[in-house]
Amino acid sequence: MKKYDAIIVGAGHNGLTNAAYLAKAGLDVLVVEKNEYIGGAAVTREMHDGWFYSSCSYVCSMMRQTIHRDLNLTKHGLVLVPYLGTVVFADNGDTMTSYHSEEAEYNQLRRRSPHDADAMFRFQTDLGRYAQLIRKTLLRTPPDPTSFRPRDIRELLWLAKEFWSLGEKELYEYIRFFTMSAADFLDDYFEDDLLKAAMASPGVIGTALGVYSPGSAYILLHHVMGDVDGNVGAWGLARGGMGAISNAIAGALQEQGGEIRTNAGVDKIVVKNGRATGVVLDNGDELQANIVVSNMDAKRTFTQCMDKNDLPPGIYEKAKNFKIRGSSGKVNIALSSLPKFNNVADNRYINRGGQGFVGSMETMERAYDCWKHGRWSEDPFIESVIPSAWDPTVAPPGQHWMSNFVQYCPSQLADGPWTPEKRDAFGQTVINKIERYSPGFKDLIVHMEVRTPHDIEAEVGLTEGNIFQGELTIDQLLFNRPFPGYAQYRMPIKNMYMCGSSTHPGGGVSSACGANAAREILIDLKRPNTVPKDDFYDE
Amino acid sequence: MNSNPEVNDPFAGERLKESHFHPRQALLNLRDAWSSWNGYKFADYYYDEEYEYFCVRNSCATYDICPMQKYIVSGPDAEAMLDRMVTRDLTKLKENRVTYVCWCTDEGRLIDDGTIFRLEADRFLLTCGSPSLAWLRKSAFGFDELQITDMSDTIAALSLQGPTSCEVLKKMGLVGIENLKPFCIAHFPFAGSEGTPLMASRTGFTGDLGYELWISPDLALAFWDALYAAGENYGIQPYGEAATNMARLEAGFIMPGMEFNEALKTIHFQYDQTPFELSLDWLVDFKKPHFNGRKALLKARDQGAEYTLIKLDIEGNKPAEESFLYSDQDCSKEIGYVTSAMWSPVVKANIALAMVETAALKGSIWAEIYYSKELRHHSKVAKCTIQEKPFWAPERARATPPAAF
Repeated sequence: MKKYDAIIVGAGHNGLTNAAYLAKAGLDVLVVEKNEYIGGAAVTREMHDGWFYSSCSYVCSMMRQTIHRDLNLTKHGLVLVPYLGTVVFADNGDTMTSYHSEEAEYNQLRRRSPHDADAMFRFQTDLGRYAQLIRKTLLRTPPDPTSFRPRDIRELLWLAKEFWSLGEKELYEYIRFFTMSAADFLDDYFEDDLLKAAMASPGVIGTALGVYSPGSAYILLHHVMGDVDGNVGAWGLARGGMGAISNAIAGALQEQGGEIRTNAGVDKIVVKNGRATGVVLDNGDELQANIVVSNMDAKRTFTQCMDKNDLPPGIYEKAKNFKIRGSSGKVNIALSSLPKFNNVADNRYINRGGQGFVGSMETMERAYDCWKHGRWSEDPFIESVIPSAWDPTVAPPGQHWMSNFVQYCPSQLADGPWTPEKRDAFGQTVINKIERYSPGFKDLIVHMEVRTPHDIEAEVGLTEGNIFQGELTIDQLLFNRPFPGYAQYRMPIKNMYMCGSSTHPGGGVSSACGANAAREILIDLKRPNTVPKDDFYDE
Repeated sequence: MNSNPEVNDPFAGERLKESHFHPRQALLNLRDAWSSWNGYKFADYYYDEEYEYFCVRNSCATYDICPMQKYIVSGPDAEAMLDRMVTRDLTKLKENRVTYVCWCTDEGRLIDDGTIFRLEADRFLLTCGSPSLAWLRKSAFGFDELQITDMSDTIAALSLQGPTSCEVLKKMGLVGIENLKPFCIAHFPFAGSEGTPLMASRTGFTGDLGYELWISPDLALAFWDALYAAGENYGIQPYGEAATNMARLEAGFIMPGMEFNEALKTIHFQYDQTPFELSLDWLVDFKKPHFNGRKALLKARDQGAEYTLIKLDIEGNKPAEESFLYSDQDCSKEIGYVTSAMWSPVVKANIALAMVETAALKGSIWAEIYYSKELRHHSKVAKCTIQEKPFWAPERARATPPAAF
């Protein structure tokens, strides 16, 4: 039987990235994927004739430019285009637009609050300072703080130096920032509630926390530290949908001779004598490999795809208790024309951006309350984008595809399991809310795909449909991700690694987890490193 | 613009001319970012240069080429005269075809580059960046049977570039536009006017799929409106000089004032360039009989160019604007200089065009890059790799018919 150098479980973007770098080092790699298509949560699917949905993730700003360039993803069809102008909607119908020009942005903020317009500069500067530091860690393996290996000590010293370079005052602020709520953080700067709600929303996206929950400030940062072509905080669309990213990485992988097998779900990771030796597929086939890399989340990997008896004591419990709660749903809608919104100018620069139905800080928190009680939010927070207004490839001309990310929506309902009826009711809640701001919206709907956390788990494999493969709170970040002591991509079983978003630096379509894991694997195999250094911050 | 027609504008003669498309373009120029080109008020950008650049790469966008210089050369001697002026063999140019050309001084130094359209057997349209009437007249000495007409102000022209450009023109009713091959010309009816007043050529300055559209000024605004109505669902947007400069650099196209100094405007001896130095060897056809600069160019070819224009892929992400190039990392031996540089958003690469001593091309190339961070100046030395092909050359730019997007 053929023995691969490495088998990677899951053809999401991190798995493909990991495989591409291993293949580049000359390894014979195979990526196995349970679905008939690749991409995991970075996928484009034609769900209605002529409409191509980015079914799960829908925008991109974390993608490491260094990797894009190094793997020549443009040659493999990837074009990332920044998009403009997001409008946020208040409960009372009030709207606020974020412009792509500093002057226009300032004028807009000044109209609402001269104080906040000025404070925005300080806010952006502080956030930029914090973001700068975290950005530098993205393509580095977190040091083990308890280890005395020279490499760990070197990395710890580097990290300490970076922190100290903030200056004493900022260092205190930063430590505070990690544990703060988005609301408290924003109160330091702003007075306008709609502005605060708009800025707070990235603090809860993908997370089972509310805007007043401690820890949400960091998640806010996680959402604004990405960049498009060096414009930190900017967001982009992948031309052709998010699947273009996965397809391009797959192209780079295949160019290096790597293999991808779809319709090949993994039933078990095989462990013999304390070493991973391969996988058993759902159809019973056994595949052998020198190493196994799991791109599945930590909980799924250890509690579903491994035998409890193969694991060292404690790991199973750690995995079982790994915080990976489902909190968001997704509603993909095909529209017969571009919707018009109340109190929004019909302006080409605005209507090619996104919509944030935030309501107010209070509304966002109430939405979270529903989740706590095992219900979807009656008045949810919705982050929408209409990619077809900018990307000509995803819907027929003049018709549109609208992506709606919805919070909150639990994975398990208090009143029993999800049913198709409940899913429809959840979808109705969402379109009812949009209709409030865009009368006639419902009449434009040509097709609609409603995805609850339950659906996302069933299809993509993310436990509870958690978009980050585990929440991004301080207890699960950096050297704590996924578990303390296992943050360097090596798992408790020999020859077994993890490369998904459950590892540092966490969720988002960044390719960083997969690349970092590849670097560690190549060190263990004593192969030359193929993973580039993040040259974005080499100065 | 004189906003109050009741008041006599004492500076009327000083103000920039407005293009035939100005009323529509001014409306979309949210930032009032105007510069000028050949006496015309000309947009640097309309909203955001990068956004406009992405319209060119992702959807489609229009660039005002009214200020570009346009000359009709017609008559029985037209072909012979132009053929003697430019370095390329024009006798091979068929009717309804366009060709890229350059022309040189007697010393073989580049005066300008441009395009020649063969509209009829003895009727040509020459377009170029800088006014060239005087040189055309000089070049026509000895050719009696021809006429040179400056059409710069009397042809309205718009460049439509980007992946959806063909679809937009189809939608606008240009039947068969999808079959137009690169560097070909076709004529179309427009808005009930007699005949075929709209000329389309599959040309452009972006390296992408694109067309240039030519019409008489009285139809300019109606044409704009029809084009923008058709483009509504295809992401149409005007773009200015800034985005053009980005797109042309990715395509590897040269720009006067950047890659070359026009010979007729060069004071210092040999601070202008030969076509060979600009890697335009393929534009010089020694198989044809005498043409302007032939003797000097033959000599230049045999001697070999001292400098050669090359494309560079530079490590890191800091654009190497105005950098010196060295053959070693210690920057001890200078071998050239960067002419244009940028971060390419679509390729995700740090790219540049550069003039390098031909003899140094085989060795390694290092750029000393200066950049500033919050007012403080920094420098770094980055390794450069020569790139043979254009940085951006999508298949759709050559495909006939092109894909829908």
